[in-house]
Amino acid sequence: MLFSPAPLHIPNNFLSLAVSILCWVITASVLAVAISKTNKSLGERQVPLMGIMAAFIFAAQMINFPVAGGTSGHLLGGALVAVLLGPWAGMLVMTAVVAVQALLFQDGGLVEMGANILNMGIITVVIGYGLYRAVMTQSRTAKLATIGFAAWLSVMASALATSLEIWLSGNAKLEIIIPAMLLVHALIGIGEALITVAALGFILRTRPDLMGEKSASAQGGRGWIFAGVLISVAVVLLSPLASADPDGLERVAIDLGFIDTARSGPFELLPDYTLPILGETPFSTIAAGAIGMVVVLVIAFMLGKAVQNRNPVNPKS
Amino acid sequence: MHDSVFDRYHETQSPLHSLDARVKVVMAVAFILSNSLLPDGAWLAFGLTWLAGLFLNWLSGLGVGFTLKRSFIALPFALAAITAIFAIPGQPLGEWQLGSLTLIPTDAGLLRFVSIVIRSWLSVQAAILLVATTRFPDLLHALEHLHMPTVLTTIIAFLYRYLFVLTDEVMRLTRARQSRSAAVAGRRAGRSVWWRARTAGNMTGQLFLRSYERSDRIYNAMLARGYTGQLRTLTPHIMRSRDWAYSAAAAFVILLLQISGRF
Repeated sequence: MLFSPAPLHIPNNFLSLAVSILCWVITASVLAVAISKTNKSLGERQVPLMGIMAAFIFAAQMINFPVAGGTSGHLLGGALVAVLLGPWAGMLVMTAVVAVQALLFQDGGLVEMGANILNMGIITVVIGYGLYRAVMTQSRTAKLATIGFAAWLSVMASALATSLEIWLSGNAKLEIIIPAMLLVHALIGIGEALITVAALGFILRTRPDLMGEKSASAQGGRGWIFAGVLISVAVVLLSPLASADPDGLERVAIDLGFIDTARSGPFELLPDYTLPILGETPFSTIAAGAIGMVVVLVIAFMLGKAVQNRNPVNPKS
Repeated sequence: MHDSVFDRYHETQSPLHSLDARVKVVMAVAFILSNSLLPDGAWLAFGLTWLAGLFLNWLSGLGVGFTLKRSFIALPFALAAITAIFAIPGQPLGEWQLGSLTLIPTDAGLLRFVSIVIRSWLSVQAAILLVATTRFPDLLHALEHLHMPTVLTTIIAFLYRYLFVLTDEVMRLTRARQSRSAAVAGRRAGRSVWWRARTAGNMTGQLFLRSYERSDRIYNAMLARGYTGQLRTLTPHIMRSRDWAYSAAAAFVILLLQISGRF
């Protein structure tokens, strides 16, 4: 009942230690900014709200609807919570959800939690919020359509990030894992989009104040549009590229020493024990470079926003 | 519904239960990391790790097979590592044609796959034992001692506390949906998938509003009881000498496991 059918929760020991640590570093730095931002701009009132909202996402994941052949669609929730609570609070809420899934229900590994938070709690929120922020003042239809697309894309981005992490750990070939993951999640993403749009449509009808000009979600700066669009474009460009022609990409990743670092850490006491990695399917430069660039840009952007001491807009609880 | 549905804690008296929560968290994570560090096909070390797990089960007073029974729910997820069979270069074991893709399983790939499943299965047992022997509030308190930010632990504490309340809410919504969905036997009930998705979405929106309003009431009630932004706890968390002794023993065992994995 509680488990997501989407294979996005990376289980224990699936990622190499180096990839796990890299993901933890990214996740921890983004969360550190999120925490300092929420501490600064939100009152103590916001903390119980975020806690209840985390429970809401958890409970909402249990609302499913039959699709076909015994499968059912249900929510991941990143885009939804980003629109409702704003980006920073949304990240913290999703982090709590992923943490409890791993701690209590063994859905996702403890060491892999950094990667899981990054995939499901940070990337989804940035895409969901960034795209929503771009159309926040537009008509209801434009808003809902954009949110629907953002919700779908956030699931795809999550699946893509998961695939890349598993590939970097040396446990899958790109030409297998990317088409498989993206195909499954293209369908799961439709369910995500439908529920997100319907839920927000319902809230717009009944409590428009929660999504209005003064709402919590209006507090993010316009820079979020940039981040959201950037990651979205990266996902859209990268997915077909990586699945159609993985060979070139992998070769450059090897030239850059990226793969070796990721796959064999300093802990490898007996390198002869493992098989040589160099003969493996090559990957091309563009993807590795693009991912790296996007990651750096996002971190730089977030740090920039954190340092920039704006007068916090007081959100309506 | 009762909150015990989500509670994974098993009350009993045992050396493991009375151990400081911090020690248990660090031990569990170290155990999982140790599994990650074992090379592929380190059968001796895997076996010894499993024995260590059995010993901890016995120590917990919950029965030697306690985590074994519960570990199988996580196994289907571990099978997703099947892609590893085709990812590692080595002696080809055959060739499968899948559309335009040629899948070549290799011996090294198979070794990697089996090793990942075993590691994952051993690690899940450590995680299961951790939450079975530690009360959730103690676990959060321990994470706070281990420098997890207070905002996060507080959010998680709220999530845990209200999870079953909101699950009740979901059940009420689902029951309402069912009671309004009369169906003639033999005929398809409901409309298209889109329509069903919209219903689920409306339920989600409704759940959000109920949760949102509930959080207001909760906050007001908490203020009335003197909430200042910090959750307090009565359990003292002090490292005693036996906590240190267990930590040292665990570190020693993990070191032995690592050595056994490399020879």
